[in-house]
This record gives sequence, C-alpha cells and structure tokens, in this order.
Amino acid sequence: MTASKDKEEISTYKTQPAEILAIRDLTDDTRYFKLRCKDITMNKDFQYRPGQFVIFSLPGVGEATFSLSSTPTRRDFIEFGIRKVGSFTEALFKLKKGDTIDIRGPYGDGFEMEDLRGRDLIIVSGGLGAVPLRSVLLYIEDRREEYNKVFFLNGARSPKDMLYKRDFIAMNQRQIIDTHLAVDEDDTGEWPYNVGFVTQLIPKLGELIDSENTTAIICGPPIMYKFVIQELLKLNIPKDQILMTLERRMKCGQGHCGHCAVGGRYTCLEGPVFTYYDVQHIKELI
Amino acid sequence: MSKEKFPEFVELIKSKGKLFGPVKQKEKYSFEEIKDFSELDFDYQRTIISPKKFITPAKYSTLRFVKFGQTEVLPDDEPQIVMGVHPCDIHAIKILDRLFLGNIKDPYYAKRRENLIIIGHSCLPDDKCVCQSTGTDMVEDGFDLFLTELDDFYLLWVGSDKGLGIAIEAENLLEENVSEEEIQEYVRWQQERSSMFTTSIPSYKYLADIIHLNYDSDVWEQFGEKCLSCGTCSLVCPTCNCFHVDDKIMMNAEEGIRERMLDSCTLPYYSMVAGNHDFRPDRTARLKLYYTHKLKEYIGRWGQPSCVGCGRCIAYCPVDINVITVSNALFEEVCETQEVCDQ
Repeated sequence: MTASKDKEEISTYKTQPAEILAIRDLTDDTRYFKLRCKDITMNKDFQYRPGQFVIFSLPGVGEATFSLSSTPTRRDFIEFGIRKVGSFTEALFKLKKGDTIDIRGPYGDGFEMEDLRGRDLIIVSGGLGAVPLRSVLLYIEDRREEYNKVFFLNGARSPKDMLYKRDFIAMNQRQIIDTHLAVDEDDTGEWPYNVGFVTQLIPKLGELIDSENTTAIICGPPIMYKFVIQELLKLNIPKDQILMTLERRMKCGQGHCGHCAVGGRYTCLEGPVFTYYDVQHIKELI
Repeated sequence: MSKEKFPEFVELIKSKGKLFGPVKQKEKYSFEEIKDFSELDFDYQRTIISPKKFITPAKYSTLRFVKFGQTEVLPDDEPQIVMGVHPCDIHAIKILDRLFLGNIKDPYYAKRRENLIIIGHSCLPDDKCVCQSTGTDMVEDGFDLFLTELDDFYLLWVGSDKGLGIAIEAENLLEENVSEEEIQEYVRWQQERSSMFTTSIPSYKYLADIIHLNYDSDVWEQFGEKCLSCGTCSLVCPTCNCFHVDDKIMMNAEEGIRERMLDSCTLPYYSMVAGNHDFRPDRTARLKLYYTHKLKEYIGRWGQPSCVGCGRCIAYCPVDINVITVSNALFEEVCETQEVCDQ
C-alpha cells in the first residue's frame, strides 16, 4: 500500500478502511474530506507524493479516483477536495464524520519534488485543479528553503467558486509563497484580489524568474491548459519543465483496464503527471 | 502419436480438469466444454470468441459484499484445459500475459492463467487469416502441449513442465522416436501451409509509421462515419482486454457484487469522466484509439503490435472495418501524399 515499495506489491485490489476525520464545505458543490487509515501501521506506512491519487470504494456504488490534496510532509492523515458531479460523489456526500470508507492506493506517478529543489516554480491552477496542487503548495511551504522563487496563480469562476479560499488567502498573507488569486468575474464586488483569467497574470512573472531554471506546474479544466502553456512558452520556460497533471477515466489504477490510455501511455501508471515535452504531439490530450 | 491413439490421449487429458475444445455450432465454432471425444472438431479456422474467455471472462465478480463487510472473490482453483488452440490465439495469450502478469500482477487473471492448460493444434489458413503478415503463424512457446496434425499421425511439442507431465503420463500412447521421414513430412506440410495464405497486409511492418503520418487523415473520418460503435471488434479480438467495473445490488438491498466486464474503446462513454466531460465523444476518435493503440502504441510499449492476424475482425465487423481495410486505406493515403512506398 505504499508507492515507495516495489510495484509488485500493489498487486491486489484489497482496500483499507479509513475513517473520515472531518468534512467541510469548500464551495456549494465541493467538499473537503480528511481521512485516516484505521490500521495504525497502514496509516504510518501510507507514503505518497504530491500529484498521486487514491481510489475510493463504496460497495454497491462503485469505485472512483481522487487526487490527494494533502502533503506527505504532514503525517497521520490524508485530505481530499471532492466535487459532487456523479453517482459516486453523491453517495460519498451522504457520509458523515466518523464514517468509514475503503480506499486503495496511492497510484500514479506524482511530482518528483526532490528534483525541483533550487528551481523557480510557477504553479498555476484553475477550478478543481487546486486540489492536487494544494498538495504541492503545502509541501513547498513546509520545505520552503529548498526552493527558489515560488509563484502560485489560482483562478476560479467567482469568489464563491474558489476552492480552499480560506487556505489560499492565509497563504497569501503568510507570503511564504507569492500567491495571486484571480476570479473570472467578481459578482460580489468585494473581491480584493485580481479579476480576470489566470493566464493574464503569467506575463508579469517574466522579469522575476530565470526561465531556464523555472519549472511550471499546471492543473485545471481541459480548456485552461492550452492558454496557460502558450503563455509559459512565451516566457521561454523549457517544454520539459512544464509539468501538468491530467484527468482520465480510470477503473483499475494499475494499467490493466485500458480506459486512461492517451497515446501509448496509461495515465494511471505513467501519469497523471506528464511533462509538456512528452505529450506535446499527442493530439487528443486536452 | 498415431491417430488411432488420439481419443485415448484426449481421455487422459480430460482426467486433468474441465476440458474445453472447438465445437461446431450452426456453422460457427466455439470453445465449449467437452463431455465426449466426438464433440471435438479440429477442422476449423477460428472460433467466435478466442480462448481469452478462459482468462478474462466477459463478466465475473471480484467482490461480494453484505451490509457490514466484504470479501474478495477469487476464481475457482479447478484446472481448465483448452484444446485445439491455434498459434495466433496462443500469441494473443502471450500478449495478455505480458500485460496482466507484468510489473503489476492482476490477481484474477493470474489465478485463472495458473489453472489453465493450453493444448495447441495446427491449422490451415482461409482467406481471412493474416497471421503470416503479423508473424504469428508459428508458435514456439506459450503452450503446454502443441499438436501438429499430419496425414497419419500427430507430432507433439512439449512447451512447459505441466505439458511434460502429461506427456510422461501418456508415454504408452506416444512414440519416442520421430523418424527422418516423419520430419520430412512435417517440413513439407509446413511449406505447403505457408503457401496457402492468400491474404496479407503488405504494409504491416511500416504500420506504426504509416499510422503516425496519417494521424489527421480523412481516412479515420470515413471509417468513423461507417462505424456502428457496436464493440464487436473488441469482443472478438483475442487481445482486447479493456474492462469496466460495476457494482450490483441485489433485490434485498443488503448484499451485492462488484463485477468486472469486458469493455470496448469503441463504445460511447469509454473516455467520459465525471462531470460529463468526454475525451473522445465521436466514433472517429474512438476508432482511431482502437487501431492506433493496437497497431502502433503497443510496439512502443511491448515491442510488437497486438494484432495476431486471427481474422476475427475481418469475419465479424458488420461494416467491414478491420485490420486489412484500415491498414490498406492508410497505406494508400501515404502513397498518395508521399513517395515513400515505392518498394
């Protein structure tokens, strides 16, 4: 049940019961879930990297994949941000604090945070993309001295649609990471931060970063990638330093069921994190 | 082994487990359970469904649950023997083995595979067999025993320890020494068989490049328009293994099962994620995935394409979209636009 062990060992579909420690509304339709494996050793051994995902199982409803939203630098619990969009999440939203859910994983190839040490980082998220990238952000906050300049650009449709708004505003105040929050439209008239698309914030970073030494990390709705990548390329960020995490339909998480294939790659094994360089020629990507 | 001894040999094999073999049913063949030797009919080209049905059945449960608790459902331990498997289908099983028993082992596949004894059988091609093009017309491993049927006798190959065990048990039915003439007869048969293939995919060895060059070709659009999205190609293809997982609750609302069933990338919703975003909403995109994955991407991943030339898509696609029509159309497209295929 750990990613660090040999792959041979994640050979079964056996799940672990995990207790729901907390639930909180993030937006109208998105909730924060905090879980802990009931088995103490399992809980201790649950090692993961930002960008990896876990599969939840609800007998009678099915299985679904969710990105880890917590950081491995903070032990003893795992966190998720989940939007109610289908039958599985509908059932999941009926659960309460103290209930148990079965999980298996973690799966996928996440971000190699160690490899990014000493680099400038531009982290761009939109909508639900904030969920996996929150893991990256918290990781960096905990080990800030290992990284050079870090910028975080987060976009949402409107102030009430911004996930982890509280966390991110606090992050902005802490100034450990240079945080820029943007909403497409400010319907409240009270939004103190940027109004407009996140893409508009990118050109300003040009003077602040050392392009060759910069890595960009993107996650957001399919439409966002194209525009964000265009802007990042204008800043001369190397193609192999644009990291993106993709969403695909998945059933097994082990490269067997076939659903997550993009080109010759299985998103669940070689992804969900890909570099733009690797996938630039895969046309059905986004 | 002389032909008279063959029924006795089958009887011996039957004692090892549940025996399946090719049976003729309404002009079509299928692998069915064999109660009596007379049911077997080895004079066939292809069954509707390949022996993949013994290792990745069309539908099976993986989990059983009641209100409080769940148990994993693993396949039975009962050994199954499948006789009369042709070289192409053995190659297909080798491809599935690589996927399901590679780095990450699938427990359900592994269990079924462990309990499966494969007894191959020689065959003669018809106009739909393209295994010579795909290089899967002969097989050297991947079976437990392999029978080559010649005029008066069978030549028996042993391909595994399990197969050797059976051969030792059948000692009194087998002749130990193969004479020079018998080998000559086999060689003659082999040459004759090789000359019997009438259909080929001339562009096969360039297919990966051809597909790459033709990624945006109109050809896909044309096939996409014809495709019915029925999924027959995946159902009959011996290497198609994609599966869907679904939970079912019984009428009493207290127990249920998690089922795994064959899926096909040509079916709608194959690539749809929560929130109704479909990465491949049209038939063209899904058909393109089917053929690029099979004929091109597999090479990058496993070193060879996953077509074994069994001819099932040729026989069963209701609108004639198959490995030959697709590769020929793409080949012609390349020839029209680029002067790369003078050879």
